[in-house]
Amino acid sequence: MTKSELIEKIAAQQEQLSPRDVELAVKMILEKMTQALVHNQRIEVRGFGSFCLHFRAPRVGRNPKTGDTVELSGKYVPYFKPGKDLRERVNESVND
Amino acid sequence: MSALTKADIAEMLYEELGLNKREAKEIVESFFEEIRTALENNEQVKLSGFGNFDLRDKSTRPGRNPKTGEEIPITARRVVTFKPGQKLKARVESYAGAK
Repeated sequence: MTKSELIEKIAAQQEQLSPRDVELAVKMILEKMTQALVHNQRIEVRGFGSFCLHFRAPRVGRNPKTGDTVELSGKYVPYFKPGKDLRERVNESVND
Repeated sequence: MSALTKADIAEMLYEELGLNKREAKEIVESFFEEIRTALENNEQVKLSGFGNFDLRDKSTRPGRNPKTGEEIPITARRVVTFKPGQKLKARVESYAGAK
């Protein structure tokens, strides 16, 4: 499912709203979530999961082409932990 | 800083997009529910600029009860993983509070 398919599905349930408004809403939701992570704020959605940042320590890497070593500084990466309801629903579908 | 919740997101849609409170709440609810439904139907979810929710099938592997040390098999399962997109990664990488 892509972002535009997600927008269509939500719009189908919100007949009083224009598809344009739903599209805007979805983009604003994703921007709000991005902004939270950019400021290292956790996101917690019960039954869905939580997002937070994990720190990756500085390390010495290698340029795979030349083999030269490169110093890589520490960085933050987004991390998602699925919530209980999502975990269970996805796992139950295994036996289908 | 407290965590961002569905209520905060709905409040933002109410204030910034001018939806009424019920519409804002319903949209936020559907947003997460539609993603869950797709994943439950074994369908990957791709939100460009943000990231992809992928599914992985894990086979049975030996496990242990950490308390008793007793061996118990971990059953085969399907799990969700999130792969952040380039844009999201680039935006959080240089988080100003970086130690």
